[in-house]
Amino acid sequence: MNEVLALLILLTVVGAIVAVVTPNLLYSVISVGAVGFLLAIAFLLLSAPDLAVVQIGVESISLVILIRATLGRKTKKDVKNPLVGVAFAVTLVAAIGLFGLQVFYEFPQFGVPTMERFADAPAATYVATGAEATGARNIVTAVLMDFRGWDTLGEGTVLFCAVLGATAIMRRRARRKDDASQ
Amino acid sequence: MLLNNGPGMGMIVKTVIRWLKGPIFLFGLYIIMFGHVAPGGGFAGGVVVASAFILMTLAYGETYTLEFFSQDTALTVACIGLLIFIGLAWAGTWAGSGVFFDNLTAGMEGHNAHIFLTGLEVGSGMFVAGALFMGFSVLMGHYGGEDEE
Repeated sequence: MNEVLALLILLTVVGAIVAVVTPNLLYSVISVGAVGFLLAIAFLLLSAPDLAVVQIGVESISLVILIRATLGRKTKKDVKNPLVGVAFAVTLVAAIGLFGLQVFYEFPQFGVPTMERFADAPAATYVATGAEATGARNIVTAVLMDFRGWDTLGEGTVLFCAVLGATAIMRRRARRKDDASQ
Repeated sequence: MLLNNGPGMGMIVKTVIRWLKGPIFLFGLYIIMFGHVAPGGGFAGGVVVASAFILMTLAYGETYTLEFFSQDTALTVACIGLLIFIGLAWAGTWAGSGVFFDNLTAGMEGHNAHIFLTGLEVGSGMFVAGALFMGFSVLMGHYGGEDEE
C-alpha cells in the first residue's frame, strides 16, 4: 500500500506542476481537476472515505465551473501537436482508473471499523476515554467539541467568511453616500 | 396580526407559522443545550433556530421578520457566538494545562462536568444561527439600505 500511495502522490505532484507550466488554460484546468481526483483516491487509500466523498463533490463542481469559465476565453488554439494532449488525457484517465481499481483491493471488509484495523487509531481512544475525558455522554459532541475542537473552529470560520463574502458582494450600495455618488 | 393582508403567503400558511415558530425556536434551543447527552449540538440546533426565522421570512415577508431579528442583530449574534467559542478555548489554554481547547470542567462531579462543553455548544449554536439567517437574508438581496432611484 505504501508504494501505491507514494506513486499516487508523485502523480499528484506531476499534475500540479503540469497545471502551472502548461500554456493552454484548458489543459491547466483539467490538470487541477486530475490533482483533486488523485487526492480523493489517496484519501480512500488512507481509510478516510468521508474526506474522499467531500473531495470528489467539491472537485466535480469546481471543475465544471472552471471549465465553463475557461471555455469563454480566448486561449492559444494553435496547439502544435494535438496528439500530445490526447495522449496526456488518456494517460491521466487511465492512471486515475487504475488507482481507483487498486483502492477496492485495499478496502476493509463490510462492517469492520477503522479502529479495529489500526492498533493505534485515535478513534479507539475517543471511544474508550470520551466520557471521562470530556464529561459528555454523547460521543459525537465529545469528538466535535473537545477532541477535534480545532475542526469545529475551522468550520465556524468558513461559515462566517462565507456570510461576510456574500454580504460584501450582494449589498445594494456602498455604505457611505460619498462613495455611491461617485 | 397581519393575517390576510400584507406581503408573504396566504392566510393558512401565516396561521400555521404563527403557531409553529415558537416551538421550532424552542426546539432549536433544546438541541443546543442538550447536545452533550442527546443527539444534536451547536451546529444542528443553530440550523433549527435559523430555520424558524427563515420560515417566518418566507411566510410573512422580510419587513415583518427583520423587525424581530434584524440583519445587524444576526451578525452581532454570530460574532458574539464565535467570540464565546474562541474565548472558552483560550480559557482552557490559560487555566488548564496549556493545550488549546483544554477541557476545564471534565473532572468535576455531576452536571458540572458538562459546563465547558455546553458553553462551546452555545457559542457554536449562536454563530451558526446568526450566520445562516444573515446569509439567507443577504442572498434574498436586502442589505445596505433602500433601492437607489
